[in-house]
Amino acid sequence: MIGEIDPFIINLTVFVLAIFVGYHVVWNVTPALHTPLMSVTNAISGIILVGAMLAAGPAETDWGVWLGAVAVTLAAINVFGGFLVSQRMLEMFKKKEKKGNA
Amino acid sequence: MSANMVALAYLVASVFFILALKGLSSPESARRGNLFGIIGMGIAVATTLTLTQNWPLILGCIAVGGIIGAIVAQRVQMTAMPELVAFMHSLVGLAAVFIAVAAVNNPVSFGLPETLPAGSKLELFLGTFIGAMTWSGSVIAFLKLSGRMSGTPIVFTGQHMINLLLALIMIGFGLWFFFSDTTNWNAFIAMTAIAFILGFMIIIPIGGADMPVVISMLNSYSGWAAAGIGFSLGNPMLIIAGSLVGSSGAILSYIMCKAMNRPFLSVILGGFGSDGGAVAVDDGVQKTYRSGSAEDAAFLMGNADSVIIVPGYGLAVARAQHAVKELAELLHEKGVNVRFAIHPVAGRMPGHMNVLLAEAEIPYEQVQEMEEINSDFSNTDVVLVLGANDVVNPAAYVAGSPIYGMPILDAHKARTVMVVKRSMAVGYAGLDNDLFYMDKTMMIFGDAKKVVEHMVKAL
Repeated sequence: MIGEIDPFIINLTVFVLAIFVGYHVVWNVTPALHTPLMSVTNAISGIILVGAMLAAGPAETDWGVWLGAVAVTLAAINVFGGFLVSQRMLEMFKKKEKKGNA
Repeated sequence: MSANMVALAYLVASVFFILALKGLSSPESARRGNLFGIIGMGIAVATTLTLTQNWPLILGCIAVGGIIGAIVAQRVQMTAMPELVAFMHSLVGLAAVFIAVAAVNNPVSFGLPETLPAGSKLELFLGTFIGAMTWSGSVIAFLKLSGRMSGTPIVFTGQHMINLLLALIMIGFGLWFFFSDTTNWNAFIAMTAIAFILGFMIIIPIGGADMPVVISMLNSYSGWAAAGIGFSLGNPMLIIAGSLVGSSGAILSYIMCKAMNRPFLSVILGGFGSDGGAVAVDDGVQKTYRSGSAEDAAFLMGNADSVIIVPGYGLAVARAQHAVKELAELLHEKGVNVRFAIHPVAGRMPGHMNVLLAEAEIPYEQVQEMEEINSDFSNTDVVLVLGANDVVNPAAYVAGSPIYGMPILDAHKARTVMVVKRSMAVGYAGLDNDLFYMDKTMMIFGDAKKVVEHMVKAL
Protein backbone atom coordinates (compact mmCIF):
# COMPACT_ATOMS: atom_id res chain seq x y z
CA MET A 1 0.00 0.00 0.00
CA ILE A 2 2.66 2.53 1.02
CA GLY A 3 4.61 1.72 -2.13
CA GLU A 4 1.69 2.80 -4.29
CA ILE A 5 1.56 6.29 -2.82
CA ASP A 6 3.17 9.03 -4.88
CA PRO A 7 6.18 10.40 -2.94
CA PHE A 8 4.70 13.85 -3.47
CA ILE A 9 1.73 12.93 -1.27
CA ILE A 10 4.06 11.74 1.48
CA ASN A 11 6.04 14.98 1.24
CA LEU A 12 2.82 16.95 1.33
CA THR A 13 1.79 15.10 4.49
CA VAL A 14 5.10 16.01 6.13
CA PHE A 15 4.74 19.61 4.93
CA VAL A 16 1.25 20.13 6.35
CA LEU A 17 2.07 18.52 9.69
CA ALA A 18 5.30 20.53 9.99
CA ILE A 19 3.35 23.77 9.46
CA PHE A 20 1.07 22.83 12.35
CA VAL A 21 4.06 22.05 14.57
CA GLY A 22 5.68 25.35 13.58
CA TYR A 23 2.47 27.26 14.25
CA HIS A 24 2.10 25.93 17.77
CA VAL A 25 5.76 26.16 18.71
CA VAL A 26 6.18 29.72 17.45
CA TRP A 27 3.13 31.11 19.26
CA ASN A 28 4.81 30.06 22.48
CA VAL A 29 7.92 32.14 21.79
CA THR A 30 8.04 35.10 24.17
CA PRO A 31 7.78 38.48 22.33
CA ALA A 32 11.02 39.62 24.00
CA LEU A 33 12.85 36.96 21.99
CA HIS A 34 11.35 37.71 18.59
CA THR A 35 14.62 39.04 17.20
CA PRO A 36 16.60 35.94 18.27
CA LEU A 37 13.71 33.89 16.86
CA MET A 38 14.32 35.49 13.49
CA SER A 39 18.05 34.90 13.60
CA VAL A 40 17.60 31.27 14.70
CA THR A 41 15.04 30.60 11.97
CA ASN A 42 17.44 32.30 9.60
CA ALA A 43 20.13 29.83 10.55
CA ILE A 44 17.66 26.95 10.24
CA SER A 45 16.63 28.02 6.75
CA GLY A 46 20.35 27.63 6.04
CA ILE A 47 19.40 23.91 5.99
CA ILE A 48 19.30 24.57 2.27
CA LEU A 49 23.03 23.90 2.69
CA VAL A 50 22.14 20.22 2.37
CA GLY A 51 20.73 20.78 -1.12
CA ALA A 52 23.76 22.86 -2.04
CA MET A 53 26.11 20.08 -0.92
CA LEU A 54 24.30 17.60 -3.17
CA ALA A 55 24.66 20.04 -6.08
CA ALA A 56 28.39 20.33 -5.38
CA GLY A 57 28.67 16.58 -4.77
CA PRO A 58 29.26 14.78 -8.10
CA ALA A 59 32.84 13.74 -8.87
CA GLU A 60 32.78 14.93 -12.49
CA THR A 61 32.91 18.69 -12.12
CA ASP A 62 30.80 20.72 -14.54
CA TRP A 63 29.44 24.25 -14.06
CA GLY A 64 26.55 22.88 -12.02
CA VAL A 65 29.01 21.70 -9.39
CA TRP A 66 30.60 25.14 -9.20
CA LEU A 67 27.18 26.71 -8.85
CA GLY A 68 26.56 24.25 -6.03
CA ALA A 69 29.85 25.26 -4.42
CA VAL A 70 28.81 28.92 -4.44
CA ALA A 71 25.47 27.92 -2.91
CA VAL A 72 27.32 25.95 -0.20
CA THR A 73 29.32 29.07 0.68
CA LEU A 74 26.22 31.29 0.81
CA ALA A 75 24.26 28.82 2.93
CA ALA A 76 27.24 28.33 5.27
CA ILE A 77 27.36 32.10 5.90
CA ASN A 78 23.74 31.83 6.93
CA VAL A 79 24.16 28.82 9.17
CA PHE A 80 27.24 30.08 11.02
CA GLY A 81 26.22 33.73 11.03
CA GLY A 82 22.68 32.92 12.17
CA PHE A 83 23.57 30.60 15.04
CA LEU A 84 26.50 32.70 16.26
CA VAL A 85 24.63 35.98 16.28
CA SER A 86 21.74 34.27 18.10
CA GLN A 87 24.21 32.96 20.65
CA ARG A 88 25.60 36.45 21.09
CA MET A 89 22.15 37.95 21.62
CA LEU A 90 20.99 35.23 23.98
CA GLU A 91 24.13 35.72 26.09
CA MET A 92 22.93 39.27 26.69
CA PHE A 93 19.63 37.99 27.99
CA LYS A 94 21.54 35.67 30.30
CA LYS A 95 23.76 38.34 31.84
CA LYS A 96 20.67 40.27 32.70
CA GLU A 97 19.21 37.30 34.54
CA LYS A 98 22.23 36.99 36.80
CA LYS A 99 22.01 40.66 37.62
CA GLY A 100 18.35 40.36 38.41
CA ASN A 101 18.97 37.50 40.81
CA ALA A 102 21.89 39.12 42.57
CA MET B 1 25.27 5.11 4.51
CA SER B 2 22.08 3.40 3.39
CA ALA B 3 19.15 5.54 2.29
CA ASN B 4 17.20 4.46 5.36
CA MET B 5 20.01 5.48 7.72
CA VAL B 6 20.23 8.85 6.00
CA ALA B 7 16.49 9.34 6.35
CA LEU B 8 16.63 8.44 10.05
CA ALA B 9 19.51 10.85 10.69
CA TYR B 10 17.52 13.56 8.91
CA LEU B 11 14.56 12.78 11.18
CA VAL B 12 16.75 13.27 14.26
CA ALA B 13 17.99 16.59 12.85
CA SER B 14 14.39 17.69 12.21
CA VAL B 15 13.44 16.98 15.82
CA PHE B 16 16.39 19.10 16.98
CA PHE B 17 15.15 22.00 14.85
CA ILE B 18 11.73 21.82 16.48
CA LEU B 19 13.38 21.75 19.93
CA ALA B 20 15.46 24.79 18.92
CA LEU B 21 12.33 26.86 18.38
CA LYS B 22 10.65 25.44 21.45
CA GLY B 23 13.61 26.61 23.54
CA LEU B 24 12.87 30.21 22.64
CA SER B 25 9.71 30.19 24.77
CA SER B 26 11.74 31.66 27.66
CA PRO B 27 15.12 33.41 28.09
CA GLU B 28 16.25 30.60 30.43
CA SER B 29 15.90 27.82 27.87
CA ALA B 30 16.76 29.90 24.81
CA ARG B 31 20.49 29.21 24.74
CA ARG B 32 19.87 25.50 25.03
CA GLY B 33 17.44 25.87 22.13
CA ASN B 34 20.09 27.51 20.01
CA LEU B 35 22.48 24.68 20.89
CA PHE B 36 19.87 22.14 19.74
CA GLY B 37 19.68 23.98 16.44
CA ILE B 38 23.45 23.76 16.03
CA ILE B 39 23.42 20.02 16.84
CA GLY B 40 20.61 19.44 14.33
CA MET B 41 22.53 21.30 11.65
CA GLY B 42 25.71 19.34 12.47
CA ILE B 43 23.89 16.02 12.07
CA ALA B 44 22.30 17.15 8.80
CA VAL B 45 25.60 18.29 7.29
CA ALA B 46 27.61 15.25 8.45
CA THR B 47 24.97 12.89 7.05
CA THR B 48 24.83 14.70 3.72
CA LEU B 49 28.62 14.57 3.42
CA THR B 50 28.42 10.77 3.14
CA LEU B 51 26.33 11.23 -0.03
CA THR B 52 28.86 13.47 -1.77
CA GLN B 53 32.26 12.96 -3.31
CA ASN B 54 33.84 16.40 -3.54
CA TRP B 55 34.76 16.64 0.12
CA PRO B 56 37.67 19.09 -0.24
CA LEU B 57 35.55 21.43 -2.34
CA ILE B 58 32.50 21.22 -0.08
CA LEU B 59 34.38 21.47 3.21
CA GLY B 60 36.46 24.32 1.80
CA CYS B 61 33.33 26.23 0.84
CA ILE B 62 31.73 25.58 4.24
CA ALA B 63 34.90 26.86 5.91
CA VAL B 64 34.96 30.04 3.80
CA GLY B 65 31.25 30.70 4.38
CA GLY B 66 31.59 29.81 8.05
CA ILE B 67 34.44 32.25 8.60
CA ILE B 68 32.55 35.05 6.84
CA GLY B 69 29.44 34.25 8.88
CA ALA B 70 31.38 34.16 12.15
CA ILE B 71 33.07 37.50 11.47
CA VAL B 72 29.78 39.15 10.54
CA ALA B 73 28.04 37.70 13.62
CA GLN B 74 30.84 38.95 15.85
CA ARG B 75 31.08 42.46 14.44
CA VAL B 76 27.48 43.41 13.78
CA GLN B 77 26.04 46.18 15.95
CA MET B 78 22.83 45.23 17.71
CA THR B 79 21.21 48.31 16.19
CA ALA B 80 21.99 46.83 12.76
CA MET B 81 20.29 43.47 13.39
CA PRO B 82 17.45 44.18 10.92
CA GLU B 83 19.95 44.75 8.11
CA LEU B 84 21.85 41.60 9.00
CA VAL B 85 18.69 39.51 9.00
CA ALA B 86 17.61 40.95 5.63
CA PHE B 87 21.07 40.25 4.25
CA MET B 88 20.91 36.63 5.41
CA HIS B 89 17.44 36.13 3.93
CA SER B 90 18.85 37.20 0.60
CA LEU B 91 21.56 34.52 0.83
CA VAL B 92 19.01 31.75 1.39
CA GLY B 93 17.02 32.97 -1.61
CA LEU B 94 20.04 33.08 -3.89
CA ALA B 95 21.27 29.66 -2.71
CA ALA B 96 17.82 28.21 -3.45
CA VAL B 97 17.98 29.54 -7.01
CA PHE B 98 21.48 28.15 -7.55
CA ILE B 99 20.45 24.73 -6.25
CA ALA B 100 17.40 24.67 -8.49
CA VAL B 101 19.50 25.59 -11.53
CA ALA B 102 22.03 22.89 -10.64
CA ALA B 103 19.18 20.39 -10.28
CA VAL B 104 17.80 21.27 -13.71
CA ASN B 105 21.32 20.91 -15.12
CA ASN B 106 22.10 17.56 -13.50
CA PRO B 107 19.06 15.90 -11.88
CA VAL B 108 20.94 12.63 -11.29
CA SER B 109 23.19 14.16 -8.63
CA PHE B 110 20.07 14.79 -6.53
CA GLY B 111 18.78 11.26 -7.02
CA LEU B 112 16.21 12.44 -9.59
CA PRO B 113 15.65 10.73 -12.98
CA GLU B 114 17.74 11.89 -15.98
CA THR B 115 14.73 13.57 -17.63
CA LEU B 116 12.84 15.51 -15.02
CA PRO B 117 9.32 14.23 -14.35
CA ALA B 118 6.50 16.78 -14.47
CA GLY B 119 6.13 16.84 -10.67
CA SER B 120 9.81 17.69 -10.12
CA LYS B 121 9.60 20.43 -12.73
CA LEU B 122 6.70 22.02 -10.91
CA GLU B 123 8.53 21.82 -7.58
CA LEU B 124 11.70 23.28 -9.07
CA PHE B 125 9.64 26.07 -10.58
CA LEU B 126 8.15 26.88 -7.17
CA GLY B 127 11.51 26.69 -5.36
CA THR B 128 13.19 28.89 -7.95
CA PHE B 129 10.67 31.67 -8.09
CA ILE B 130 10.21 31.89 -4.33
CA GLY B 131 14.00 31.88 -3.94
CA ALA B 132 14.49 34.55 -6.60
CA MET B 133 11.84 36.81 -5.08
CA THR B 134 13.32 36.30 -1.62
CA TRP B 135 16.71 37.35 -2.91
CA SER B 136 15.75 40.53 -4.72
CA GLY B 137 13.15 41.53 -2.12
CA SER B 138 15.68 41.10 0.69
CA VAL B 139 18.28 43.12 -1.18
CA ILE B 140 15.85 46.06 -1.38
CA ALA B 141 14.90 45.59 2.28
CA PHE B 142 18.60 45.56 3.20
CA LEU B 143 19.28 48.75 1.22
CA LYS B 144 16.29 50.50 2.81
CA LEU B 145 17.12 49.37 6.35
CA SER B 146 20.78 50.31 6.12
CA GLY B 147 19.89 53.74 4.76
CA ARG B 148 21.65 53.14 1.44
CA MET B 149 18.28 53.62 -0.19
CA SER B 150 15.53 56.01 0.91
CA GLY B 151 12.82 54.46 3.03
CA THR B 152 10.12 56.42 1.24
CA PRO B 153 7.86 54.19 -0.81
CA ILE B 154 8.37 54.22 -4.56
CA VAL B 155 4.92 54.28 -6.13
CA PHE B 156 3.68 54.98 -9.63
CA THR B 157 0.37 54.56 -11.43
CA GLY B 158 -0.39 51.13 -12.77
CA GLN B 159 2.13 49.58 -10.40
CA HIS B 160 -0.13 46.76 -9.27
CA MET B 161 -1.22 46.07 -12.86
CA ILE B 162 2.42 45.80 -13.94
CA ASN B 163 3.18 43.44 -11.06
CA LEU B 164 0.16 41.32 -11.92
CA LEU B 165 1.20 41.23 -15.56
CA LEU B 166 4.76 40.24 -14.62
CA ALA B 167 3.41 37.48 -12.39
CA LEU B 168 1.22 36.15 -15.21
CA ILE B 169 4.13 36.22 -17.69
CA MET B 170 6.28 34.42 -15.13
CA ILE B 171 3.63 31.73 -14.69
CA GLY B 172 3.38 31.49 -18.49
CA PHE B 173 7.09 30.74 -18.79
CA GLY B 174 6.74 28.31 -15.90
CA LEU B 175 4.03 26.43 -17.79
CA TRP B 176 6.18 26.41 -20.92
CA PHE B 177 9.02 24.90 -18.86
CA PHE B 178 6.56 22.46 -17.32
CA PHE B 179 5.12 21.19 -20.62
CA SER B 180 8.38 20.96 -22.57
CA ASP B 181 9.54 17.39 -23.13
CA THR B 182 13.23 18.22 -22.84
CA THR B 183 14.88 20.65 -20.44
CA ASN B 184 13.70 24.04 -21.64
CA TRP B 185 16.42 26.42 -20.49
CA ASN B 186 14.95 29.45 -22.26
CA ALA B 187 11.71 29.17 -20.34
CA PHE B 188 13.50 28.46 -17.07
CA ILE B 189 15.87 31.42 -17.37
CA ALA B 190 13.10 33.81 -18.44
CA MET B 191 10.96 32.70 -15.53
CA THR B 192 13.80 33.16 -13.04
CA ALA B 193 14.67 36.60 -14.40
CA ILE B 194 11.08 37.79 -14.06
CA ALA B 195 10.91 36.40 -10.52
CA PHE B 196 13.98 38.50 -9.63
CA ILE B 197 12.34 41.63 -11.07
CA LEU B 198 9.09 40.86 -9.28
CA GLY B 199 10.93 40.65 -5.96
CA PHE B 200 12.26 44.20 -6.48
CA MET B 201 8.87 45.49 -7.60
CA ILE B 202 7.03 44.09 -4.62
CA ILE B 203 9.29 45.64 -1.98
CA ILE B 204 9.99 49.12 -3.45
CA PRO B 205 6.52 50.55 -2.65
CA ILE B 206 6.71 49.51 1.00
CA GLY B 207 7.77 52.29 3.36
CA GLY B 208 10.20 52.39 6.26
CA ALA B 209 7.56 52.01 8.98
CA ASP B 210 6.33 48.77 7.47
CA MET B 211 9.79 47.20 7.57
CA PRO B 212 8.96 44.97 10.57
CA VAL B 213 6.28 43.34 8.42
CA VAL B 214 8.49 43.11 5.35
CA ILE B 215 11.38 41.54 7.20
CA SER B 216 9.05 38.98 8.83
CA MET B 217 7.49 38.24 5.47
CA LEU B 218 10.87 37.69 3.83
CA ASN B 219 11.79 35.47 6.78
CA SER B 220 8.73 33.45 5.90
CA TYR B 221 9.63 33.37 2.17
CA SER B 222 13.13 32.11 2.89
CA GLY B 223 11.57 29.19 4.77
CA TRP B 224 9.14 28.40 1.95
CA ALA B 225 12.06 28.54 -0.51
CA ALA B 226 13.88 25.89 1.55
CA ALA B 227 10.70 23.80 1.75
CA GLY B 228 10.24 24.14 -2.02
CA ILE B 229 13.75 22.81 -2.61
CA GLY B 230 12.93 20.03 -0.14
CA PHE B 231 9.97 19.03 -2.32
CA SER B 232 12.15 19.02 -5.46
CA LEU B 233 14.75 16.82 -3.81
CA GLY B 234 12.22 14.66 -1.99
CA ASN B 235 13.92 15.55 1.30
CA PRO B 236 11.52 15.63 4.30
CA MET B 237 14.10 17.34 6.55
CA LEU B 238 14.28 20.34 4.22
CA ILE B 239 10.49 20.38 4.09
CA ILE B 240 10.17 20.30 7.88
CA ALA B 241 12.87 22.92 8.55
CA GLY B 242 11.53 25.14 5.77
CA SER B 243 7.95 24.90 7.05
CA LEU B 244 9.01 25.77 10.60
CA VAL B 245 10.75 28.91 9.34
CA GLY B 246 7.91 29.68 6.95
CA SER B 247 5.23 29.52 9.62
CA SER B 248 7.40 31.43 12.09
CA GLY B 249 7.81 34.31 9.64
CA ALA B 250 4.12 34.25 8.81
CA ILE B 251 3.14 34.46 12.48
CA LEU B 252 5.54 37.37 13.06
CA SER B 253 4.09 39.19 10.04
CA TYR B 254 0.62 38.67 11.48
CA ILE B 255 1.66 39.98 14.92
CA MET B 256 3.29 43.04 13.35
CA CYS B 257 0.27 43.83 11.17
CA LYS B 258 -2.02 43.49 14.15
CA ALA B 259 0.17 45.85 16.20
CA MET B 260 -0.18 48.45 13.45
CA ASN B 261 -3.86 47.63 12.89
CA ARG B 262 -3.23 47.30 9.18
CA PRO B 263 -4.45 44.51 6.93
CA PHE B 264 -1.57 42.42 5.61
CA LEU B 265 -2.69 43.00 2.04
CA SER B 266 -2.51 46.79 2.35
CA VAL B 267 1.01 46.57 3.78
CA ILE B 268 2.08 44.40 0.87
CA LEU B 269 0.44 46.66 -1.70
CA GLY B 270 2.50 49.41 -0.11
CA GLY B 271 2.55 53.16 -0.40
CA PHE B 272 1.86 53.88 3.27
CA GLY B 273 3.50 57.08 4.47
CA SER B 274 3.61 58.67 1.03
CA ASP B 275 0.14 60.18 1.07
CA GLY B 276 -0.60 59.79 4.78
CA GLY B 277 0.19 63.47 5.32
CA ALA B 278 -2.60 64.48 2.98
CA VAL B 279 -5.13 62.49 4.97
CA ALA B 280 -4.34 64.36 8.16
CA VAL B 281 -6.45 67.49 7.89
CA ASP B 282 -4.58 70.63 8.79
CA ASP B 283 -7.05 72.68 10.81
CA GLY B 284 -5.02 75.83 10.20
CA VAL B 285 -4.66 76.57 13.91
CA GLN B 286 -1.09 77.16 14.97
CA LYS B 287 -0.69 74.66 17.79
CA THR B 288 1.67 75.54 20.59
CA TYR B 289 3.96 73.25 22.46
CA ARG B 290 6.21 73.63 25.46
CA SER B 291 9.88 72.81 25.18
CA GLY B 292 12.32 72.32 28.01
CA SER B 293 15.88 71.35 28.70
CA ALA B 294 17.34 68.01 29.62
CA GLU B 295 18.14 69.44 33.07
CA ASP B 296 14.49 70.32 33.75
CA ALA B 297 13.49 66.84 32.70
CA ALA B 298 16.11 65.25 34.93
CA PHE B 299 14.86 67.29 37.87
CA LEU B 300 11.27 66.19 37.30
CA MET B 301 12.20 62.54 36.92
CA GLY B 302 14.45 62.61 39.95
CA ASN B 303 11.51 63.77 42.10
CA ALA B 304 8.97 61.37 40.63
CA ASP B 305 7.81 58.13 42.23
CA SER B 306 7.38 56.25 38.97
CA VAL B 307 8.83 56.71 35.49
CA ILE B 308 8.02 54.73 32.35
CA ILE B 309 10.45 55.00 29.46
CA VAL B 310 9.04 54.41 25.97
CA PRO B 311 11.90 53.64 23.59
CA GLY B 312 11.44 53.84 19.82
CA TYR B 313 13.47 53.66 16.66
CA GLY B 314 15.10 57.02 17.49
CA LEU B 315 16.86 55.32 20.40
CA ALA B 316 18.31 52.72 18.06
CA VAL B 317 19.44 55.31 15.53
CA ALA B 318 21.17 57.38 18.21
CA ARG B 319 22.63 54.18 19.81
CA ALA B 320 21.43 55.60 23.11
CA GLN B 321 20.71 52.28 24.85
CA HIS B 322 23.78 52.45 27.13
CA ALA B 323 23.11 56.04 28.16
CA VAL B 324 19.50 55.07 28.91
CA LYS B 325 20.68 52.26 31.12
CA GLU B 326 22.75 54.72 33.17
CA LEU B 327 19.76 57.01 33.48
CA ALA B 328 17.55 54.14 34.62
CA GLU B 329 20.13 53.05 37.19
CA LEU B 330 20.53 56.55 38.63
CA LEU B 331 16.78 56.96 38.94
CA HIS B 332 16.52 53.53 40.50
CA GLU B 333 19.09 54.52 43.12
CA LYS B 334 16.98 57.55 43.94
CA GLY B 335 14.11 55.20 44.70
CA VAL B 336 12.19 55.90 41.50
CA ASN B 337 10.27 52.96 40.05
CA VAL B 338 11.65 52.83 36.48
CA ARG B 339 10.16 50.61 33.81
CA PHE B 340 10.35 50.30 30.04
CA ALA B 341 7.28 49.94 27.84
CA ILE B 342 7.81 48.15 24.54
CA HIS B 343 5.38 48.48 21.65
CA PRO B 344 5.41 45.42 19.37
CA VAL B 345 6.50 47.47 16.34
CA ALA B 346 9.04 49.66 18.15
CA GLY B 347 12.28 49.46 16.18
CA ARG B 348 12.73 48.00 12.75
CA MET B 349 12.08 44.34 13.43
CA PRO B 350 10.07 42.24 15.93
CA GLY B 351 11.68 42.30 19.38
CA HIS B 352 14.38 44.76 18.31
CA MET B 353 14.01 47.02 21.38
CA ASN B 354 14.25 44.07 23.77
CA VAL B 355 17.60 43.09 22.29
CA LEU B 356 18.94 46.66 22.48
CA LEU B 357 17.90 46.97 26.14
CA ALA B 358 19.34 43.53 26.87
CA GLU B 359 22.60 44.60 25.26
CA ALA B 360 22.72 47.54 27.68
CA GLU B 361 22.15 45.04 30.52
CA ILE B 362 18.84 46.48 31.61
CA PRO B 363 17.22 43.85 33.87
CA TYR B 364 14.42 42.17 31.96
CA GLU B 365 11.86 42.47 34.76
CA GLN B 366 11.96 46.24 34.11
CA VAL B 367 11.09 45.70 30.45
CA GLN B 368 7.38 45.18 29.82
CA GLU B 369 5.21 44.51 26.79
CA MET B 370 2.33 46.77 25.85
CA GLU B 371 -0.45 44.57 27.30
CA GLU B 372 1.33 44.24 30.63
CA ILE B 373 1.98 47.91 31.24
CA ASN B 374 -0.72 49.88 29.44
CA SER B 375 -3.10 50.09 32.40
CA ASP B 376 -0.32 51.53 34.59
CA PHE B 377 0.23 54.74 32.61
CA SER B 378 -2.66 56.54 34.33
CA ASN B 379 -0.98 56.30 37.73
CA THR B 380 2.54 57.05 36.53
CA ASP B 381 4.21 60.38 37.30
CA VAL B 382 6.48 60.77 34.29
CA VAL B 383 6.60 59.11 30.87
CA LEU B 384 9.79 59.64 28.90
CA VAL B 385 9.27 59.02 25.18
CA LEU B 386 12.61 58.42 23.47
CA GLY B 387 12.48 58.58 19.70
CA ALA B 388 9.01 57.06 19.38
CA ASN B 389 6.09 58.80 17.71
CA ASP B 390 3.24 56.91 16.07
CA VAL B 391 3.11 54.24 18.80
CA VAL B 392 2.14 56.92 21.37
CA ASN B 393 -0.17 58.95 19.13
CA PRO B 394 -3.60 59.30 20.80
CA ALA B 395 -5.06 59.85 17.31
CA ALA B 396 -5.38 56.06 17.33
CA TYR B 397 -8.51 56.59 19.46
CA VAL B 398 -10.04 59.13 17.06
CA ALA B 399 -12.38 57.63 14.47
CA GLY B 400 -11.39 58.67 10.97
CA SER B 401 -7.71 59.02 11.72
CA PRO B 402 -5.47 56.98 9.41
CA ILE B 403 -4.13 55.10 12.40
CA TYR B 404 -7.54 54.71 14.10
CA GLY B 405 -7.71 51.40 15.94
CA MET B 406 -3.98 50.84 16.15
CA PRO B 407 -3.08 49.64 19.64
CA ILE B 408 -0.88 52.30 21.25
CA LEU B 409 0.97 52.85 24.50
CA ASP B 410 -1.24 55.14 26.58
CA ALA B 411 1.53 57.63 27.36
CA HIS B 412 -0.98 60.51 27.21
CA LYS B 413 -2.63 59.22 30.41
CA ALA B 414 0.44 59.84 32.57
CA ARG B 415 0.68 62.92 34.79
CA THR B 416 3.65 64.37 32.92
CA VAL B 417 4.92 63.45 29.47
CA MET B 418 8.39 64.22 28.18
CA VAL B 419 9.23 63.64 24.58
CA VAL B 420 12.80 63.55 23.29
CA LYS B 421 12.80 64.17 19.55
CA ARG B 422 15.06 65.71 16.97
CA SER B 423 12.37 68.03 15.62
CA MET B 424 8.60 68.45 15.40
CA ALA B 425 8.64 66.37 12.20
CA VAL B 426 5.89 63.82 11.76
CA GLY B 427 6.41 60.08 12.19
CA TYR B 428 6.22 57.48 9.47
CA ALA B 429 2.45 57.57 9.37
CA GLY B 430 2.82 61.21 8.27
CA LEU B 431 0.57 62.31 11.12
CA ASP B 432 0.81 65.12 13.58
CA ASN B 433 0.86 63.85 17.17
CA ASP B 434 -1.53 65.57 19.59
CA LEU B 435 0.48 64.19 22.48
CA PHE B 436 3.16 66.79 21.73
CA TYR B 437 0.71 69.68 22.19
CA MET B 438 -0.84 68.62 25.49
CA ASP B 439 -0.46 70.97 28.46
CA LYS B 440 1.36 68.35 30.47
CA THR B 441 3.82 67.58 27.70
CA MET B 442 7.36 68.91 27.55
CA MET B 443 9.35 68.57 24.33
CA ILE B 444 13.11 68.16 24.58
CA PHE B 445 14.77 68.61 21.22
CA GLY B 446 18.02 66.93 20.32
CA ASP B 447 19.74 63.66 19.60
CA ALA B 448 18.38 61.00 21.98
CA LYS B 449 21.82 59.94 23.16
CA LYS B 450 23.06 63.48 23.91
CA VAL B 451 19.86 64.44 25.69
CA VAL B 452 19.97 61.34 27.88
CA GLU B 453 23.64 61.96 28.66
CA HIS B 454 22.74 65.51 29.76
CA MET B 455 20.02 64.08 31.98
CA VAL B 456 22.48 61.68 33.56
CA LYS B 457 24.86 64.55 34.23
CA ALA B 458 22.12 66.66 35.77
CA LEU B 459 21.16 63.86 38.12
